[in-house]
Amino acid sequence: MQSDSFDAIVVGGGLVGAAIAWGLRRQGLSTVLLDEGDVAYRASRGNFGLVWVQSKGLGAPWYQRWTRASAGNWPELAAALGGATGTDVGLRQPGGVHLCLSDREMADRAARMSRMQAEAGNTGYEYRMIEAPELREMLPGLGPRVVGASWTPYDGHANPLRLLHALHADFAASGGVYAPNAKVEEGHAAPHDFSVFVGGRRFGAPRIVLAAGLGNAGLAPRFGLAAPVRPQRGQVLVTERAAELLSMPTTTVRQTQEGSLMMGDSMEEVGFDLRQSPDVMRQIADRAVLSFPWVGRLNILRAWSALRVMAPDGLPIYDQSARFPGAFTANCHSGVTLAGAHALLLAPMIAAGALDPMLDPFTAGRFDVRAAS
Amino acid sequence: MFAPRPERSATVEVFVDGAAVRVPAGASAAAAVLLAGAPLIRETPISGAPRLPYCMIGVCFDCLAEIDGIANRQACMVPVTAGMRVAPQRGARVAFPA
Amino acid sequence: MSLDLAIIGAGPAGMAAAVEAADLGLSVAVIDENPAPGGQVFRNLEAAAGDPALRGDFAAGLPLVRAFRASRIDYRPSTTLWHLDPEAGLLSVAAGGAATEIAAGRVLLATGAQERPVPIPGWTLPGVMTAGAAQTLLKTAGAVPAGRTVLAGQGPLLLLLAAQLIRAGVPPALLLETTPEGRLALAWNTASLLGGAPLLAKGLGLLAATRRIPRIRAAAGLRAEGDGRVERVLWDGGSAACDTLLLHEGVVPATHIPLAIGLAHDWDPVQRCWRPRVDDCGATSEARVAIAGDGAGIGGWEVAVASGRLAAVDAARRVGRLTAEGFARRADPLRASRRAKLALRPFLDALYAPPDWVLAPPDDATLVCRCEEVTAGQVRAAARLGATGPNQLKAYLRAGMGPCQGRLCGATLAALIAETRNTSLEAVGTLRPRAPYKPLTVAELAKG
Repeated sequence: MQSDSFDAIVVGGGLVGAAIAWGLRRQGLSTVLLDEGDVAYRASRGNFGLVWVQSKGLGAPWYQRWTRASAGNWPELAAALGGATGTDVGLRQPGGVHLCLSDREMADRAARMSRMQAEAGNTGYEYRMIEAPELREMLPGLGPRVVGASWTPYDGHANPLRLLHALHADFAASGGVYAPNAKVEEGHAAPHDFSVFVGGRRFGAPRIVLAAGLGNAGLAPRFGLAAPVRPQRGQVLVTERAAELLSMPTTTVRQTQEGSLMMGDSMEEVGFDLRQSPDVMRQIADRAVLSFPWVGRLNILRAWSALRVMAPDGLPIYDQSARFPGAFTANCHSGVTLAGAHALLLAPMIAAGALDPMLDPFTAGRFDVRAAS
Repeated sequence: MFAPRPERSATVEVFVDGAAVRVPAGASAAAAVLLAGAPLIRETPISGAPRLPYCMIGVCFDCLAEIDGIANRQACMVPVTAGMRVAPQRGARVAFPA
Repeated sequence: MSLDLAIIGAGPAGMAAAVEAADLGLSVAVIDENPAPGGQVFRNLEAAAGDPALRGDFAAGLPLVRAFRASRIDYRPSTTLWHLDPEAGLLSVAAGGAATEIAAGRVLLATGAQERPVPIPGWTLPGVMTAGAAQTLLKTAGAVPAGRTVLAGQGPLLLLLAAQLIRAGVPPALLLETTPEGRLALAWNTASLLGGAPLLAKGLGLLAATRRIPRIRAAAGLRAEGDGRVERVLWDGGSAACDTLLLHEGVVPATHIPLAIGLAHDWDPVQRCWRPRVDDCGATSEARVAIAGDGAGIGGWEVAVASGRLAAVDAARRVGRLTAEGFARRADPLRASRRAKLALRPFLDALYAPPDWVLAPPDDATLVCRCEEVTAGQVRAAARLGATGPNQLKAYLRAGMGPCQGRLCGATLAALIAETRNTSLEAVGTLRPRAPYKPLTVAELAKG
């Protein structure tokens, strides 16, 4: 059997795994990134592309801080990838808004933002509730039903597919081994000694990072870890290109780097069902037209569904195995937003062999009823 | 450049980039553009390269044009009507008139 | 209310199926994106049947179109299918700015074929089109190319167009045939030519009619050049001036909707394309869905008519409108007719198999995705990096993400990946299309 040894194995070639693998390579670790093939559950090919802070972490200020840290690290990531590959990954962080289509939505949102600010404590949390007249100056062609929005300066968006391509390309160019069609079938764990087997080939390393998205649920227990994640379907619509109009993204409509208008996204508990649903697509279109009536004129060229990787409480899970030190998991549904943190904060922790205490609240142990009681 | 033939009577007058051209009923807006001898039907939104219709059966989308004021229509799938105005689609459309 | 049968496409297969099904008492709807019935082969037939340039098989479709018009069918022209739920038999359609739904117990896809892409350098220049496009212009507008016209490629349609252009008084200046040397001898061994005698006679007639056109045989390495429009065509060892270059490398089943709804497909190793898996009545891997006509494998319009009728008879049997005996009485002659019309097909498939350089353009500068302007070189680099199939490639490069949704570049992307990664086209697989199958506006969807 062919056997290859590395400093680190990363299982999962989506945005989470690729960002970590890229970060490990940057730390000087010889790294192999094992990915599935052309057709798989790939949230990284289906996400909405926001680098988003304002809605993250109500009641969980550690998640808000982690998200803020990622948004703060994103410019360095984008610059590094741009310099190395010549790819503009489309990072724009002009701030962002969540549109409210009724007084009730506006009141709920204001209450939420106020709580977020209170929970942020010394970190601070800058936001404003913007009433319709001022909002109409900021965004062209808002619909009459829009009563206002919440705004924070931290929000932005990027091109998730260019990010994926650039991470893979620079990882490979800097000596990382990217192996597609390499779904991990078997593994062996001992402290600081891990093997995985793919199609009659063995990969060995003292570190392994499980970043296989929904696949982590089955993989993690083999490495002394837990990743109780479930699929949650989201659908997205994309129009033809239009001349640049929207100066900032919103939570449900954004204009992409290419000029397309992207609309989404739904949250559907349907298990591993990747079908599209015309009813949900219609709801997405309805809300987009209520927000920006002129979007109605545009042709929808593409639409899709994808499966989010959701933990029971919707927050990420990061862990190192107590039983098999050197085995880590990373699970989240915000592979774009958290790419800055995964590449530039999490990967150095993994390289050093210990997760920073700031990540303690993200342990899967929080779901263990006995441990919590 | 395409030419009409006397065997088929050209009964519908349309305007291609402002110029009048008569074409047979049943022809598409894309056919009218070709019969008018227009150098292009669109400029791509990426490189600005000129294009004329390629497949004429609704597959390739290289015949996107502005028809009666509506941007990015598949001109090979739109039958001509009297007085129709067909203009080239130059790059990305404008979605919201300033 | 649910219909017995919803048919997508009003070409020969769709029309024949609709007439047969209505005749058997089934409630039938036919949706078609074109403004008039006929499909590609009988496009605009009702208006253009008398055009002398189109004489021959064209007018043979008139009885079918008339029967279709006279039948009790909910016929909806200028209507596009943008989503199909194959399990529920629910069609989401858009027409005239509004979106509606049609429910049906059985769905027949009769969406036909499309011309294979011929991605040569310069194929995006104005003045370069498909041969089928020129034929469509002749049928719909009576229009012919002006100036020097070069036909390049291979296949029955290319010869038919050459003959039609001669009849229209504009003989092509040159026929560049890309069929490689030795193909004829190879093809000769594949088929019983006896059964295909009538069709073979037609083909020989076309050869005779076009014999005065200057010909280059076994041409390879085609490219188009010009400043802002095509001015000349070049091939290995020669070049010729032209005002219009018409390309054709045969037709392939239109697999966009069948792939989108997840039907099983098989690789056709001779014609090097995918075809949906169907039984002899067109039934697919999805219980409610059947396919008839060229969409299930290229056979031409007479085969399409027979398979459309077979699919209708099968639909009638399934809802209890026909006994097993009644079914057999109708189906057996249709099967026999189809078998006879298919006799020459193995010979044609082998003779006109696409050469490697058509599937995977050797020159890295060649644009392969016309919508997103992605080159063969970019595709090869992405395949080397690790794109093992067209879907990951699409994510890397946007190839296949434009308005045509990969209808034109999908086969080329797969061929370039197979070449670069040294694997088979079959193993590389296909793009996985999603709804909407054709664009609709956000407002059309929202209003629905």
